[in-house]
Amino acid sequence: MNDPKTSIRAANWTGQALQRREDAALLTGAGRYADDLGIHPGTLHAAFLRSPHAHAHIKSIDCSRALAHQGVRCVLVGSDVRGWAKPFVVGVKQPMEHWCIAVDKVRYVGEPIAVVVADSRYIAEDALDLIDVDYETVGAVVDTQAAIDANAPVLHEAVGSNVVSDRQFVYGEPDAAFSAAPHRVKIKIRYPRNSCTPIETYVVVAEHGSEGDYDVLSNFMGPFSLHAVMALALQVPAAKLRLRMPRDGGGSFGVKQGVFPYIVALCLAARKAGAPVKWVEDRLEHLVAATSSTGRVSEIEAAVNSDGRISALAYDQLDDCGAYLRAPEPATFYRMHGCLTGAYKVANLKVRNRVVLTNKTPAGLVRGFGGPQVYFALERLVQRIAVELQLDPLEVYKRNFVSAGEFPFRTAAGALLDSGDYHAALQLAWQRGDLAELLKRRDAARAEGRLYGIGYAAIVEPSISNMGYITTVMTKEARAKAGPKNGAITSATVSIDLLGAVTVSVASVPHGQGHITALAQVTADVFGLHPDEITVDVELDTRKDAWSVAEGNYSSRFAGAVAGTVHLAAGKLRDKLTRIAAAQLQCDAADVMFAGGKVFAHSAPEKTLSFSRLASGPHWAPGLLPDGVSPGLHETAIWTPGQLEAPDENDRINTSGAYGFAFDICALEIERSTGKVRIDRYVTAHDAGTLLNPALADGQIRGGFAQALGAALMEQFAYRPDGSFASGTFADYLVPTAVEVPEPLIAHMETPSPFTPLGAKGIGEGNNMSTPVCIANAIADALPPETDPQAIELPMTPSRIIDLIAPPEEQPAHIAPAATGDGKQFATSGSVTIAASVEAVYRVLHDPRKLASVIPGCRRLEAVSDNRYVADMTLSVGLVKVGFHADISLVDEEPMRRMRLSGKGSGALGTAEGDGRITLTEVADGTRLDYDYAFSLSGKIVAVGARMIESATGMVLQQLFNRLGRVAGGKAPAGGIWQRLLRLFGLHRPGAGERR
Amino acid sequence: MKPAAFDYIRADSTDEVVQLLAEYGDDARILAGGQSLIAALNMRLAQPRVLIDISRVEALSRIRVSSTTMTVGAAVTQAVAEQVVRDNNTIPLLAQAFPHLGHFQTRNRGTVCGSIAHADPSAELPLCLATLGGTVNLRSRRRRRSVAANEFFRGVLTTAREADELVESVQFPISKQPVKNSFVEVSMRHGDFALVALAGLVSDQRVHLGVGGVADRPWVETLPTASGDDLDAALEDLVWKLGAQDDQHASARYRRHLVRNLGRKLISELGAS
Repeated sequence: MNDPKTSIRAANWTGQALQRREDAALLTGAGRYADDLGIHPGTLHAAFLRSPHAHAHIKSIDCSRALAHQGVRCVLVGSDVRGWAKPFVVGVKQPMEHWCIAVDKVRYVGEPIAVVVADSRYIAEDALDLIDVDYETVGAVVDTQAAIDANAPVLHEAVGSNVVSDRQFVYGEPDAAFSAAPHRVKIKIRYPRNSCTPIETYVVVAEHGSEGDYDVLSNFMGPFSLHAVMALALQVPAAKLRLRMPRDGGGSFGVKQGVFPYIVALCLAARKAGAPVKWVEDRLEHLVAATSSTGRVSEIEAAVNSDGRISALAYDQLDDCGAYLRAPEPATFYRMHGCLTGAYKVANLKVRNRVVLTNKTPAGLVRGFGGPQVYFALERLVQRIAVELQLDPLEVYKRNFVSAGEFPFRTAAGALLDSGDYHAALQLAWQRGDLAELLKRRDAARAEGRLYGIGYAAIVEPSISNMGYITTVMTKEARAKAGPKNGAITSATVSIDLLGAVTVSVASVPHGQGHITALAQVTADVFGLHPDEITVDVELDTRKDAWSVAEGNYSSRFAGAVAGTVHLAAGKLRDKLTRIAAAQLQCDAADVMFAGGKVFAHSAPEKTLSFSRLASGPHWAPGLLPDGVSPGLHETAIWTPGQLEAPDENDRINTSGAYGFAFDICALEIERSTGKVRIDRYVTAHDAGTLLNPALADGQIRGGFAQALGAALMEQFAYRPDGSFASGTFADYLVPTAVEVPEPLIAHMETPSPFTPLGAKGIGEGNNMSTPVCIANAIADALPPETDPQAIELPMTPSRIIDLIAPPEEQPAHIAPAATGDGKQFATSGSVTIAASVEAVYRVLHDPRKLASVIPGCRRLEAVSDNRYVADMTLSVGLVKVGFHADISLVDEEPMRRMRLSGKGSGALGTAEGDGRITLTEVADGTRLDYDYAFSLSGKIVAVGARMIESATGMVLQQLFNRLGRVAGGKAPAGGIWQRLLRLFGLHRPGAGERR
Repeated sequence: MKPAAFDYIRADSTDEVVQLLAEYGDDARILAGGQSLIAALNMRLAQPRVLIDISRVEALSRIRVSSTTMTVGAAVTQAVAEQVVRDNNTIPLLAQAFPHLGHFQTRNRGTVCGSIAHADPSAELPLCLATLGGTVNLRSRRRRRSVAANEFFRGVLTTAREADELVESVQFPISKQPVKNSFVEVSMRHGDFALVALAGLVSDQRVHLGVGGVADRPWVETLPTASGDDLDAALEDLVWKLGAQDDQHASARYRRHLVRNLGRKLISELGAS
């Protein structure tokens, strides 16, 4: 028999790279995702009608045709929502309202306007096409800097500005430091909107109960402070909003936070329908309207000594939060507030934070949350300091890092950096990545004229968010009025069943992190059991489980907070068992040991009790419990880090409970001919305190790295200047696949946190923060030194790189210039000669019957007044074929000579607006028709078909004028008609035809 | 993302297909591999009354290889054609192009003729067919006709096919002599539609350079093989004639850069040795 004392040491499961217990089910199709779970008989299905416009007033909504459609049960609209709900509360007090669906105005493309509830999703989607909405469009504002202009269109009129919060902070004496500094280095950066696009989209099944309560199944992930936001919007006590979350989440990365407005909308839809309602978001809905990181524009400046030491930092940040400030925004700013000085000892800091609204999807949690934006500015700046002062970048890092002996270290803005050794981590990356070799490769490549660069990034990775950080957005007076908020309260329950087995239950809502595996490891160690013996329940039911405000799966809080709290709960239960065992073993409680499924006295290990027998006993014979031991084997621990205080009166805030660290090195080469980036080596060294399971930690790093690589090189939510959205499919929102993602070299060191129960810190977001800027720094290093540093803007696509390095080009004079299809409005112009008189052409344009025969796909055209027509048309290009309703006006500006043809079309796929001039001129062989036409499309058609839809629509115009020629009695010009027309109309400017 | 209602008809013969097309015309869509059509249906970009599934029509599922042509039937998947091309090594340009064409999963379903009929200006197969000087065989109840590839592609998603016609097969010519050829593609990720794809082959001391992803259809230009000023000038003209446009993934300038640089590289490699 093994010596129990030895097996105690051997059975240290925590820290081992155990395989994931979750995977067998997931890989064999036995996962239990939200969409897989059973629904009640009679459950109906919902579809959302969404705005095709970025900014418009809703003048009316007519659902009568939709309601008449067979199988449609009801349609929830803004007026219902006004009657039953309230706008969502938000952390910034401004006169702006965000309802779960639009009530009177839409402010971004994809904003929900109505919910159709029907017998099936198919029928619900059919009915979307039958809802008639009358919009009055207003100017949209897309660019963050344009949005703060005094003349910009304002999203929320009552606010009077698109800047809904403007806060300035001063820590230390930054102005003095800047005046005294021998060098000032600055850079302006823009960080794009992107996301982490989980495979599983939002799912909600909502039911309205007979007691006025709401019962919801959803893949919501927290933070559970949002439960209060939902309950307040629904105007019910929190207990009347029951949320249930499934065991398996198909990826979240923060993104599932954004489901909460849909939960409210579907609760109301279920109430209106009088039946349970299910909705599964589709990919298009997800990309267009789910959520996004904030887009950031920052100007950052450092006061620097000649040796590279930074004495002060100044930030001026604009955060594009989209059309509504949706809780927990503006948290993207304030989550990072304590970390604005990064890994550096900088006592003087000044910050201006402006929260900006634009006509885009509301921003929210996206893995890294605030980190990528801050570190893109800060670490680009550190690279610039090295370049401008001609210093070795590693020296700049070493001279500025907080030293190992200085922890816990209070940063200028108040973060209490718990532990670390940043110099050692740099050294670890240096060695693991063989930087000396990479530097040689760079020299060799450069000697051959190749573009090879090396970049670095050092980031402090916050985890376990302080619920009070968001109140930093308020002034201290406002905070005093609202009452203090702080902490990161976490609950866990450990219990023992009738046969003596252990079950762990947490309110954490996993999305692939391996909660079950890691919690079984931690718990097994407490009880001396094997991890496979531990049952871990990660489903969450807000009516049954222990939970509180900070619960959920965000801010990398699992390892530090959740696993730590499980450890505390298990410890409480073991203490109880210890007292029971001590009585049975007749030894001191301090002498009781748990190992190998046995319980025994350390001093007399030969006499053992079976764990299950000991642990089941109190259920069956509570009367035999020792004095002072209460019945029941069910312990809940609730923990919050004591260091997480509310912001102080100088706006200092310890934003997170623990702070990990990562130092990354990226070596890459840019292919001159294509602008493609090839990563030669990527090294990432992490210190996340105690590692619970290094394999899970590596999985976190690989996943974050892949997403960050996407952010660095290809991912971006593209909006056009009119606010239409152009990334509605995975053919346009480009996520790297396995082929594009190299394997990073991973190194770990462990400096346990003194502030978490197990010494663990988060590791889930570090690479989302470090990798984008590390790659950007490497690209900056690879590009010719004269390259504008501010031109390094993500994503660094091959096109962007070539535009920076290719020699200037000049179009040969004999080639007609191409139209400026610049991805904005599509403009086309040209001329065609028609063998008919001006009068004949003019007559066609003014005869509804003939005009109908000229317009391609026109099924019906009626004159509603002298120069206004309504028409039903079908656009058919290749396999695309869609119907729409058009409103056309033809105004004579100069009879028989100049006309203005304006049209507005709308259909299920979106809207089109066109406006142009037609000029008729008599020429020798008939009439020359010159046209100059611009049109823009919005809605789904742009989101899914931007790649080709404009040129296709341009072709319809060509057809139109071609037919005009025929109907007017003439014939089209000789030659390959199509070839010639294409050249004339589609892609070339006026006169192109004549010149050719 | 659920399609509008449609009728589904699984045809058993080519005659039945053309009969149905005669009946429904533009209200029908041919379902072969469905790699573009199903997505379009789900997004309701297409709402046909009838889908005519040709995937089980025996006569359309064949590849015939003669000494001069490879004829690929309408229901032949890209994966099957890829295998044939690899096995008999008759059309090396195609063999080079196939790996760029989506992913093996999509090639297992997608058909050769479907890609030709869809006429996406960034797709590889239309580019190869045009560069090789292939032919599209169209059939309706009224007639059969063959259209040269350069006449067939007429713009974005637009072809010479009439509403009642089926792309019954496409024919790729097989050169009698060994032909030097090359295919290069730049896309954002492996398997994406091309930002620029170039297909080149040499015959009679001339290079036929096909360019995909830039103009509104595959564009084939004949250029001198010898490097020098003539080639540079001709290539520069081509670069600008394509009328490159900006889009969210790449600027017009970037596309010109690729055609210019990769085109020169490709031609010099083909012209050498």
